[in-house]
Amino acid sequence: MSDYQGYTINFGPQHPAAHGVLRLIMNMKGETVQGIDPHIGLLHRATEKLAESKPYIQSIGYMDRLDYMSMMANEHAYVLALEKMLEVEAPLRAQYIRVMFSEMTRIMNHLLWLGAHALDLGAMSLFLYCFREREDLVDCYEAVSGSRMHATYIRPGGVIRDLPKSMPKFQPSTWHTKEEVKKLNAARDGDLLDFIEDFTQRFPARVDEYENLLTDNRVWKQRTVNIGVVSPERAKALGFSGPMLRGSGVAWDLRKLQPYEVYPQLDFDIPVGTNGDCYDRYLVRMEELRQSNKIIKQCVKWLKENPGPVSIRDGKVAPPTRADMKDDMEAMIHHFKLYTEGFTLPKGEVYQAIEHPKGEFGIYLISDGANKPYRIKVRASGFAHLSAMNEMCKGHMLPDVVAILSSMDIVFGEVDR
Amino acid sequence: MSLVEYLKSSNFSAVTEVETLHEEVTLCVDKSGWHDFANILKTDPKLSFDVLIDVCGVDYLHYGLTEWATNEVTFTGYSRARTELPDTIEEPRFASVYHFLSTEHNLRLRVKVMLESNDLSIASVNDIWPVANWFEREAYDLFGIVYEGHPDLRRILTDYGFIGHPLRKDFPLVGEVEIGYDAAKEACVYHPVDIQPRVVVPKVVRSDARYNEAGDSNE
Repeated sequence: MSDYQGYTINFGPQHPAAHGVLRLIMNMKGETVQGIDPHIGLLHRATEKLAESKPYIQSIGYMDRLDYMSMMANEHAYVLALEKMLEVEAPLRAQYIRVMFSEMTRIMNHLLWLGAHALDLGAMSLFLYCFREREDLVDCYEAVSGSRMHATYIRPGGVIRDLPKSMPKFQPSTWHTKEEVKKLNAARDGDLLDFIEDFTQRFPARVDEYENLLTDNRVWKQRTVNIGVVSPERAKALGFSGPMLRGSGVAWDLRKLQPYEVYPQLDFDIPVGTNGDCYDRYLVRMEELRQSNKIIKQCVKWLKENPGPVSIRDGKVAPPTRADMKDDMEAMIHHFKLYTEGFTLPKGEVYQAIEHPKGEFGIYLISDGANKPYRIKVRASGFAHLSAMNEMCKGHMLPDVVAILSSMDIVFGEVDR
Repeated sequence: MSLVEYLKSSNFSAVTEVETLHEEVTLCVDKSGWHDFANILKTDPKLSFDVLIDVCGVDYLHYGLTEWATNEVTFTGYSRARTELPDTIEEPRFASVYHFLSTEHNLRLRVKVMLESNDLSIASVNDIWPVANWFEREAYDLFGIVYEGHPDLRRILTDYGFIGHPLRKDFPLVGEVEIGYDAAKEACVYHPVDIQPRVVVPKVVRSDARYNEAGDSNE
């Protein structure tokens, strides 16, 4: 057996723990990983090429489909890049709405991550609990945009419409009696903000429930503590961002350090890990759930007190209202031009990064003065994280590969674009 | 001292241009001195750009060109007014663009290295920032830029056995081949695409009065 060199395993692209379509070529020696070569691109949909052939607003929908687990966060980065070039700023109410939905999106993303991460490591029930809460947030997406996932809600100059005055309600059916429906609709009597407020009051107790199941769980700790350790210096060199970087002990958060929108007015903390292992990344994300909840609470309070416009009135960028179009020729023309040709951006280039739930999500946009982007580069945090897969997994056991992969919070929509 | 002032006063030999637009600093760097300058970016205590955020390619083939010949054919119909964009190559055609972040100084920087299409090689910075590995592979895959000194320059996003560099401007949006099942051969085979490329909204460059100082439009 002295000339035993190990063997090669193919993992994926169809595998429940591959978080999409990841293919790993693993060089093994016994059950120890010697090296990993991730093959990506199986979900490559040429978003950047497609965006080059469309007017700017038509690409907002493509942004939703990048990281399809945190849709509005992607839109947010893209729209901010457009606004930076157009030199327009959304009204304050629109900024609060955007930030509120960005944070709700962060909770949605982290809930999905938590459920899937726990499921990968053998804790089935958590997945169901996480989706119970996620359902309420998806309902908010639906109430505000009509779509449960791909909202296309954030637009240059603001958001497409104000928050609705009522929440959609469940109806009695063959499966739900009147009494059951009454229970389900308990929080839905008021408007959307009341519903979100009710959610923020319920949610911290739910996070406690999740933590009860995992944080001090012996099996959970055995699977995550000291797995996939990355030092702070190495994390920077490997281009980590977001919870991956904070898990390694670097207090880096664009919401604090390069703030955009109304984040400077909001009170929240940045959780930081110490060891840079899977367990610390888990703890960081759990604390981010609580912090996001805190931000949403502040936004709800502000939004309840401050009604106002949610979009700028510049017909060259934002569509006119229906009412204006009925009796104003100028508005009619603006509407027609905006939805056929679109607006043009001045020549130049811009890079806009936001603190996406997964890390730094950036849009690099080059305009040559046309109605379509000359070049868009989507800087996806997951791409940089996944490229460290080989280094993080080397020397670990085969089951740890799954723990490390899911602690990265990978979604192939953004990695492959 | 601000970043721009420092970069201007230090007179780095590789830097040919320092620009500021939308509060973002862009450096144009000469290809021959790029790798040495990249070292300076990381090690100079005034700069210390410790995180490489992104590397991407750009193809300037159709930059600033319009495909909507409104003045000549306004009265002849919508689709006929569209003209094919000419593939006249103005050098340098390509660029490799880098985005850096300094966590120490909380600064961002963009570096652009222009490349001529007959010599698409540039030094890899994989040895300075390991994260460049996949980003450079992506730029190689999509644009054909060759990063010299890269340990493993393979395609990354496109299919196994893919031919061409899809994000180049002369690569058609519909692609060149499509895959289908051939019953006779009992295998999946590639054949040329049979869908017609279609432009729904033509590209049009307008001189918007809001963005030029004189406030005039050329139409």
